Amino acid sequence: MARLSEENVRLAKEIIGRYPRARSATIPLLHLAQEQDGHVTNEAMAHIGELVGATSAEVYGTASFYEMFKFEPVGKYLINICGTMSCALMGAEELMHHAEHRLGVKLGGTTDDGMFTLERAECQAACTEAPCLQVNYRYRFRVTDADFDSLVDDLKAGRLNDEIPAHGTVARVRQHIPVDRGVGAVPPEDVTEAPTWMDGKAAL
Amino acid sequence: MTTTEPTPEVVVDPNAINITINGRPVAARKGELIIAAADRSGDYIPRFCYHPRMSSVGMCRQCLVEVEGPRGPMMVVSCMTPVAEGQVVRTETDQVKRAQEGIIELLLANHPLDCPVCDKGGECPLQDQAFSHGPGESRFIEEKRHYEKPIAISDLVLLDRERCILCDRCTRFADEVAGDALIHFTSRGNNTQVQTFPDEPFSSYFSGNTVQICPVGALTAQPYRFKARPWDLEKTESTCTTCSVGCRITLESSRDELLRYQGVDSDPVNHGWLCDKGRFNFESVKSDARLSNPLVRDGASLVETSWSSALSTAASIITSALRSGGATRVAVLGGARGTNEDAHAWAKLADALAIDSVDAQLGDGLPAAVLAYPQATIDDASRASTIILLSPDLKEELPILYLRLRDASEKKRSRILEFAPKGSGLTRYAWKSVPYMPGNQATVVASTLSESSVSAQMAKGSVVVVVGRSNLAESDEYTMAALDAVMAAHPSATVLPVLRRGNVRGALSAGLGRRDAVDILTDAANGEIDCLVLVGSDPIADFPDTDLARRALAAVPNIIAVDTFATASSAKATVLLPAAAFGEKDGTTTNLEGRVTRLARKVTVNGTSRPDWMVALELADILGHDLGATSVAEVHADLVSSNPVFGPATRAALSAHPDGVVLAPLATAPSIPVAPPVAEKPGFGHRLVVGRKLYDNGRNVSESPSLAPLAPGSALHMHPLDLERLGAADGASVKVSGDRTSIVMNVVADDSVQRGTVWAAWAQSGANIGELIDATKWVNDVKVETL
Ligand code: SF4
Ligand code: SF4
Ligand code: FES
Ligand code: FES
Repeated sequence: MARLSEENVRLAKEIIGRYPRARSATIPLLHLAQEQDGHVTNEAMAHIGELVGATSAEVYGTASFYEMFKFEPVGKYLINICGTMSCALMGAEELMHHAEHRLGVKLGGTTDDGMFTLERAECQAACTEAPCLQVNYRYRFRVTDADFDSLVDDLKAGRLNDEIPAHGTVARVRQHIPVDRGVGAVPPEDVTEAPTWMDGKAAL
Repeated sequence: MTTTEPTPEVVVDPNAINITINGRPVAARKGELIIAAADRSGDYIPRFCYHPRMSSVGMCRQCLVEVEGPRGPMMVVSCMTPVAEGQVVRTETDQVKRAQEGIIELLLANHPLDCPVCDKGGECPLQDQAFSHGPGESRFIEEKRHYEKPIAISDLVLLDRERCILCDRCTRFADEVAGDALIHFTSRGNNTQVQTFPDEPFSSYFSGNTVQICPVGALTAQPYRFKARPWDLEKTESTCTTCSVGCRITLESSRDELLRYQGVDSDPVNHGWLCDKGRFNFESVKSDARLSNPLVRDGASLVETSWSSALSTAASIITSALRSGGATRVAVLGGARGTNEDAHAWAKLADALAIDSVDAQLGDGLPAAVLAYPQATIDDASRASTIILLSPDLKEELPILYLRLRDASEKKRSRILEFAPKGSGLTRYAWKSVPYMPGNQATVVASTLSESSVSAQMAKGSVVVVVGRSNLAESDEYTMAALDAVMAAHPSATVLPVLRRGNVRGALSAGLGRRDAVDILTDAANGEIDCLVLVGSDPIADFPDTDLARRALAAVPNIIAVDTFATASSAKATVLLPAAAFGEKDGTTTNLEGRVTRLARKVTVNGTSRPDWMVALELADILGHDLGATSVAEVHADLVSSNPVFGPATRAALSAHPDGVVLAPLATAPSIPVAPPVAEKPGFGHRLVVGRKLYDNGRNVSESPSLAPLAPGSALHMHPLDLERLGAADGASVKVSGDRTSIVMNVVADDSVQRGTVWAAWAQSGANIGELIDATKWVNDVKVETL
């Protein structure tokens, strides 16, 4: 729980290099921070501010706009049960009750072992597969109580480790952009030459 | 008419735009917003988020108006929509009224309506507009949103999130105007709220402005909370004299007690903004520590007495000093904290007695000759294509000037070329910031100006030099030589002198800068002064060389002090006369540009205090000189008629121009620069740089309970690498030695300090850096050792 690690600072600088303005990298860097600690720490937000040239308050203001950034520790698995119309009609409320019993926590709570946090989400755009849920944003469709139990068992036993990484990791595949393709943190109005990869073909 | 007159030449102004508002033609300017044009035409459009000094954001939607469009009338946000040729605007149709009522109803859905206990009640735009443009009732019956009330977002400002209408004024101000984006909207939707970062307060020098511009009572100021209702406040317009920027303010009081200052929008000066030091130091005016009756020495103690006996004691001290050794045995220090009239009266008294040892500065400014250069106004500086800084840290010393220059740089009107011994508040906005080692300023300036990129930049347009004292531990000659280097390289440059103390320019222009305080105090220390008059000055606290000040004051047999508070220097006084403070006297003041504005009296003086001018006139009277005036108005009239510099600042001119009248530069020729030696690099040790922080031990801070805790205290700032080399940890105590003595200070790692130098703030509690400054030296070096 801290500032970004050395390795992540390296990645952060690479990410910043993709944007004409450093502050545009704020959201990707917040994901990086959440991946590192499972949630976004204050230290990481202050660090991101330093990296992109914003105040901590600006980073916090941006981050807190998004429900998916967590500022308090959450479980390794964040389970979002959809509560919107189609799912509700198809038994989402009952599923939520079952989940609360099975996990032994109230909606919004985290299990004592730090494994699961239970949340309700708005429509996840899988209405045809209602009721649905997401575990760390990976879908499960037409979920029955029994499905839910086996999901929890599988997660506990580590049988889904390949498919579902711990909370914070959005994707395991990381995009890398070669340095010479980054635009660098140069404001657009200061760019006077076409990027090298365009071989000078662009007219500015 | 049948006679044919020559057709006047029609000049088509490419920026003129004609629109119609509520059926009447209005002449507008290209790019102007509808709301601004309507303000000029007298068609008031209600608003919450729009502020003419900040960018428009269209947050509140209260300013909707109807504009005729191709498909009939449409509703537009008048604070975001610029005027267009032929535009037809209606601000009072039923449609508009319905929109306004709708917005008010929505804003009040969550607003607590706790007006009876809200500071803003009575001057609240939401309250006012709910009456004037609201529906009168609400359809909402739901429970309102609740938050903890209020939370402190800084030591000075509290936030009640329930009252906030999310207009973005405070957050926009913090970001755009102050450059301190320490508050921001957080969360989303119904939970959106203004917040600081956890544990990082909104500690901006400009935080008080957010309280003034908040259109509801969400932001309140600690020093004013629950002190008055707006309708109990009496207001009068005046000028802040805390520093020499001279921001226009209103003094607001209730039951003869100053309770609040608010910024007034003066276009050439402060744009409505104030710094927190200027805004909140009204507390010091009503401090219990104020002197209220004259005191005369009786053996070891000072005893209260009547004005007549104190004045006659003072007069006899002056008389016997004059008799024993002539006018050279009497000296006057001070006068820069008062009004022009105060300064004029004391200058006339000095004239009458032929006293030449007079200085309004305390060895902490520049020679008065700096006022004789071709001068620039603040507006000139903020429009110059190049601003050259040979100045102290403006953010710390002249905060609103800092805002104006920061704005010039942020809006890309100007490029800032800074020369400084230590990084300043403007360094991050500077086009180029050139550090110099104290002693090398002129050389570094000359060589930088000869660089081709720099001379190309300076050739682009006007150049304004902002010049002041950036280091109290270094001779002022270096800065004057640097100024001359700029003038030699660019003779058309103009100069904005930034000296310390509210009315220093007025005092020097009135004739209170006749001899350097360094020479006067040196004479005093050598026993050549018999009577020293301190007019609102405290050399022991303010003169950079504390040791010299102490020796001087100890050697003077009789000191007469005129002051609002007892000071370290007045402790040795024979006569101590209580002076009227700011807000307790009328008059005029002169800001750093030479702009004369009116000061107003709002409250009765403390005890029997008298204004400085009156003390001078009464002393003159007892000494047998009629100075020809008996009231402040007469002193002013005399100043205007007898001192050609003040000629334009007549009563009539000041009444006609509330923003003031700008004086011409002094006529005295610029000094012949003594070429100071280029100082060697410090050998073993560090060169000393002494600057200032906004909050220090000055009485207007230390006697204002809300501001006093904000002074950072004494510390020695050192570059982190120098600190590492010294082998001391950040925060450790170190021994700092000059030739005379050594002091123990806490050391702070600070990468805005140059390697090879150390920096300390003047007048902070804890170790006094003045002990290490020798005012007779060109530069001062110190040795830093671990303990
Ligand atoms: S606190 Fe006041 S100024 Fe700030 S957003 Fe809320 S209503 Fe506007
Ligand atoms: S900048 Fe100076 S004049 Fe303006 S409010 Fe602050 S102290 Fe007063
Ligand atoms: S309602 Fe649940 S996914 Fe759309
Ligand atoms: S004043 Fe125009 S939207 Fe607020």
